[in-house]
Amino acid sequence: MLLIHCPYCEEDRSELEFRWAGEAHIARPENIAAISDEEFAEYFFLRNNEKGLTYERWRHIHGCGRFFNAARDTVSDRFLMTYKAGLPKQALPETGASEKTVETYEATEGDAR
Amino acid sequence: MVDPVIRSLPLSGSYGGSSAVRLEAAPPAERLSLRARPEDVAALSGALGLDLPVKPKTSASANGRMALWLGPDEWLVIGEEGAGLMQEATNSGVTHSAVDISHRNTAILVSGPGAAAAINTGCPQDLSLAVFPVGACSRTVFGKVEIVLLRTAVDAFRVEIWRSFSDYAFGLLSEGARDAAF
Amino acid sequence: MSGSPDNLGAFRIKGAGRLTPARTARFTFDGRSYTAMEGDTVASALLAHGVHLVGRSFKYHRPRGILSAGAEEPNALIDVARDAARRQPNVRATVQEVFDGAKIASQNRWPTLKFDVSAFNDLLSPFFAAGFYYKTFMWPKEAWAKLYEPFIRRAAGLGVAPTEEDPDHYASRYAHCDVLVAGAGVAGLTAALSAASTGASVILVDEQPEVGGALHFDAAATIDGKNGYDWAQGLAAKLKAMPNVTVLTRTTVFGYYNHGFLGLVERVSDHLARPGRDLPRERLWQVRAKRVILATGSIERHMVFANNDRPGIMLASAARTFLNHHGVAVGKNVGVYTAHDSAYEAAFDLKRAGVAIAAIIDSRSHLGDAVLAEARSLGIDVLTGHSVINTSGRLRISSMTVARNGGSNARKIPVDALIVSAGWTPSVHLFSQSRGKLRFDEQNQRFLPDIYAQDCVSIGACNGTDDLSDLIDEAIAAGGGSLALSGENRFEWTGGMIGAAEGAGPETVVKAFIDFQHDVTAKDIRLAVREGMHSIEHIKRFTTNGMASDQGKLSNMHGLAIAAEMLGRPIPKVGLTTFRAPYTPVTYGTLVAHSRGLLFDPARRTPMHDLEAAEGAEFEDVGNWKRAWYFPKRGEDMAAAVNRECRTVRAVAGVFDASTLGKIEVVGPDAAQFLNLLYTNAWDTLKPGKCRYGIMTREDGFIYDDGVVGRLAEDRFHVTTTTGGAPRVLHHLEDYLQTEFPHLKVWLTSTTEQWAVIAVQGPKAREIIQPFVEGLDLSNEAFPHMSVAECSVMGVSARLFRVSFTGELGYEINVPADYGPAVWKAIWEQAEGMGACLYGTETMHVLRAEKGYIIVGQDTDGTVTPDDAGLDWAVSKKKTDFVGIRGLKRPDLVREGRKQLVGLLTKDPAEVLEEGGQIVADPNQPKPMTMLGHVTSSYWSENCGRSIALALVAGGRARMGETLYVPMKDRTIEVEVTDMVFFDKQGGRIHG
Repeated sequence: MLLIHCPYCEEDRSELEFRWAGEAHIARPENIAAISDEEFAEYFFLRNNEKGLTYERWRHIHGCGRFFNAARDTVSDRFLMTYKAGLPKQALPETGASEKTVETYEATEGDAR
Repeated sequence: MVDPVIRSLPLSGSYGGSSAVRLEAAPPAERLSLRARPEDVAALSGALGLDLPVKPKTSASANGRMALWLGPDEWLVIGEEGAGLMQEATNSGVTHSAVDISHRNTAILVSGPGAAAAINTGCPQDLSLAVFPVGACSRTVFGKVEIVLLRTAVDAFRVEIWRSFSDYAFGLLSEGARDAAF
Repeated sequence: MSGSPDNLGAFRIKGAGRLTPARTARFTFDGRSYTAMEGDTVASALLAHGVHLVGRSFKYHRPRGILSAGAEEPNALIDVARDAARRQPNVRATVQEVFDGAKIASQNRWPTLKFDVSAFNDLLSPFFAAGFYYKTFMWPKEAWAKLYEPFIRRAAGLGVAPTEEDPDHYASRYAHCDVLVAGAGVAGLTAALSAASTGASVILVDEQPEVGGALHFDAAATIDGKNGYDWAQGLAAKLKAMPNVTVLTRTTVFGYYNHGFLGLVERVSDHLARPGRDLPRERLWQVRAKRVILATGSIERHMVFANNDRPGIMLASAARTFLNHHGVAVGKNVGVYTAHDSAYEAAFDLKRAGVAIAAIIDSRSHLGDAVLAEARSLGIDVLTGHSVINTSGRLRISSMTVARNGGSNARKIPVDALIVSAGWTPSVHLFSQSRGKLRFDEQNQRFLPDIYAQDCVSIGACNGTDDLSDLIDEAIAAGGGSLALSGENRFEWTGGMIGAAEGAGPETVVKAFIDFQHDVTAKDIRLAVREGMHSIEHIKRFTTNGMASDQGKLSNMHGLAIAAEMLGRPIPKVGLTTFRAPYTPVTYGTLVAHSRGLLFDPARRTPMHDLEAAEGAEFEDVGNWKRAWYFPKRGEDMAAAVNRECRTVRAVAGVFDASTLGKIEVVGPDAAQFLNLLYTNAWDTLKPGKCRYGIMTREDGFIYDDGVVGRLAEDRFHVTTTTGGAPRVLHHLEDYLQTEFPHLKVWLTSTTEQWAVIAVQGPKAREIIQPFVEGLDLSNEAFPHMSVAECSVMGVSARLFRVSFTGELGYEINVPADYGPAVWKAIWEQAEGMGACLYGTETMHVLRAEKGYIIVGQDTDGTVTPDDAGLDWAVSKKKTDFVGIRGLKRPDLVREGRKQLVGLLTKDPAEVLEEGGQIVADPNQPKPMTMLGHVTSSYWSENCGRSIALALVAGGRARMGETLYVPMKDRTIEVEVTDMVFFDKQGGRIHG
């Protein structure tokens, strides 16, 4: 179970208090009524769903109730940082750990095929 | 022509606990969900007669009422019955939202040496005194429901909960109280 | 209780072990009574009485005994019962402590353990090789469900689950700590003390009843100048007395999850003869630790040789535990087969206790002088460079066949037990669960922790640190404190092997077991590779090696080595299978904990619930709510009750509990502007005191929710949502408010439970409520349809809505929830006197369908636009922005021929369509037919005297009067497309 730092409560809290809320930094177009079908599809339907570093929204729904942003590595589930809603995409702190491994199934899935 | 109205309290008839934990339903109270922006907090504090806390996880208490920080623009204000909190908030003259939730919530008072352990049966927060001191408060989860938790003393908590979830919360607290006795 | 040493078993050694003879317990095994000592496991107690045969194997039904003395046990699985309901199968006999009155039974045998009919499978074993089930039961296809699977299910599987409800209860607890230490052996105890000395909060966990870990068997170690085991108990007592330390014994860390989150199960009362009623059986601990110290030790491996599974063959360390801790000798004439020094110490201890050692067979040619010298001085024969190539004995080993490696002249040596060791496997399970990465220690042929993914450290044997002094230093450092502590081992251990031993190689066809619980042999692994399984994960699944409840704690490394040899690849290139939680089996009771019975899920009841129940209401679940469904009178079935309620509401009036309706108070100077952005309707034009039906779409243009919104003041709206949609809608509104429109000064508060809502609907509604309402003119002129006012009802401040979901004159009285029952009682008394009825959700559904009012989620499914639902009038054409404005213009949403909501009337008025029924234009077309849509709502309408239905039909509104068909399994139903209003088409009654 994840431990998530709420930037409003300024504390780490259990994932149980939070709800995931999709990819972050997708602004609703100001002139939404006038955008093209392609622009609408880009805004509403298409998501990057990247493996690795991802920017996402969470809501501390059973806490302070606030939405906020997080940078998380979807492979390690490590939160690199969380920050308040409305702030621009933040620069990331430096992280160490290189990947040197004994391969587990997850890592060798490609070979196993 | 109409009988005087009788008030039916949720949790009436509920009692419980163990050798380590006492559980009781709190008496009815006046409750306000208060929302405002930072620039209007001072005026509202003045109108309500207590300083609305602005630090996360803290509460304030004065003049027979309490204000619990729930979020950066949200407080749960609890006063005695007939306190007239709505009117006081209106008197502040500043922009805010005050909504009467006196009947939406009810409260369970949990006390005794096993109080924290009983609550930790379903609440994932660290309730050690260092992390959750007297006066600390937080909206959080308890088993499968949401609660607002306030520590009123070293071994006493107030659990605020929506009325239809109160049976469940009381039941789970009873299980926690039983286990906290060991 | 008393017992002379004699009836404690012939294999008890006087003066050996740490148990107290004065405290005994009686238990039965397969109906036969035995006496044990308190502190015995079922395994040690049975061994004390010379019982080695305790079960039959899974596939071949071979006789099996006790292999280990701990949690890794793959073989000795038993059924433990207190009574019929308190019974648990598949318990490890090496873990279960004996309690007085325990009823223990062996498993997987019929009719008896000694004579098992299915042992016949062993003779057929050539047919039961790896992959047998996959290959054999393929044809004919039909036979699988009817014949093969039922047969296999009956024959396979070990224990039998109890059929009665579990009467025990299980507790759960969240906990937090600075440091969690998993394992209370020398390393764990030392690290816990070191950490605790810094002031950190520490939770120390061990799966055994007492701390000590390997000190249970290793009686030769001294720590701090004391006997190791005694030192451990003293330290545990000291730690327990520290306020910042929690010591949990009989507790297993079964899972190490993200961000320092660990799952623990504490076996609270399984060892007690008469646990108190309030005592839980087990307690689930969910711990969040800032830092984790893994001191999980290592597990001894068995030797892989022909017929290595006979009862009486066990791990050397297990024999040592039974001797040094339980005071039990595993035999009178014990053979030793090893590739590692640890077995020597077991032999030395046994010999000193008076047990004959037939010989030590060591597959190694060279080993340390110290152990050899000790063996010689004790008069034990050591055959180096030899192997055990076979064993005999039907229900227990009677001899081992020994041969020089590579040589031929084998000889039989009689033994009544054979203890084995192929070396030690570090327990890296929890480390791996934490997503740490392992490296292969080539020299010692083992995987060790390498890269850590969490704030965690491994110490001691699980980290490959074998020397006691080094281990203590490592533990002190891991705890972060500074302690002066020294320890000493008798011997330094060397050696170890993985894979098949001499005489069980690829050239042989012998049964050399690697996975005892799943009956996987070395030969099976080789077969898997030959059949094309090249990934260790595939080999695992093909052979089921390591997939039993012991998760291959003994077998994984052997399987891996054999596979690597066959594949001609080095072990690290073949790779390990993934270690998954739980480390050892966890009962469902513990995982479920309190979430059963009344606490399974919250049951939400409205303030008037009990009054409704007293009136005979049947309730239905709507989300977590219990809603009054219908109110049958004596002798009425559901249909009769609903028909009566429907008639009465339209003829007189009905009273309905609408409290569960979601309610959100929207307050602030920008409230109207915010609602304009979130609903399709325009709200700035709504005057205070008025209501409007609103539709909320998602950005894609599809209906998300609907409900009546009342404006109480310029800056205050009372918004209602569907019952099930309340939390979802609030979340949706908060999302837009906080992240897209944060500049708006408006706030949202859930008031669903603040108000008890009493709906009074029907021609007499006004007459019914009039006497209770103060300060409000209820006349049509002053308070017409779609009005709202704050007033007083029975002296209680209330919000009164004139709204209708029935098409009748109607009111919804909102009073603060605690007053709901009193007001309900008074209103109902008045209404009943006038001939009105109580009605439930079923009647509500019928009445609204008679008027063509939709229910979001029933008549819509997330792909329906307001226009599809015939609600285009509710979409503002003037607004320049609202959520959904762009989505509604998407080409697919404006195309011709979309499915539209229409009414359907069956040609036979008595026929009630099935909801979900598909609609076609031509019932005689070839299959698959072209579906035009489906029935969304369908009821018998007592007021219309016929059935009615709503349906989504392609191009529906252009099909008025058309005949369509609903093909059913046994017939085809003819229907006519109509508009959606079936009753009071002019709509006059609502303004009555």
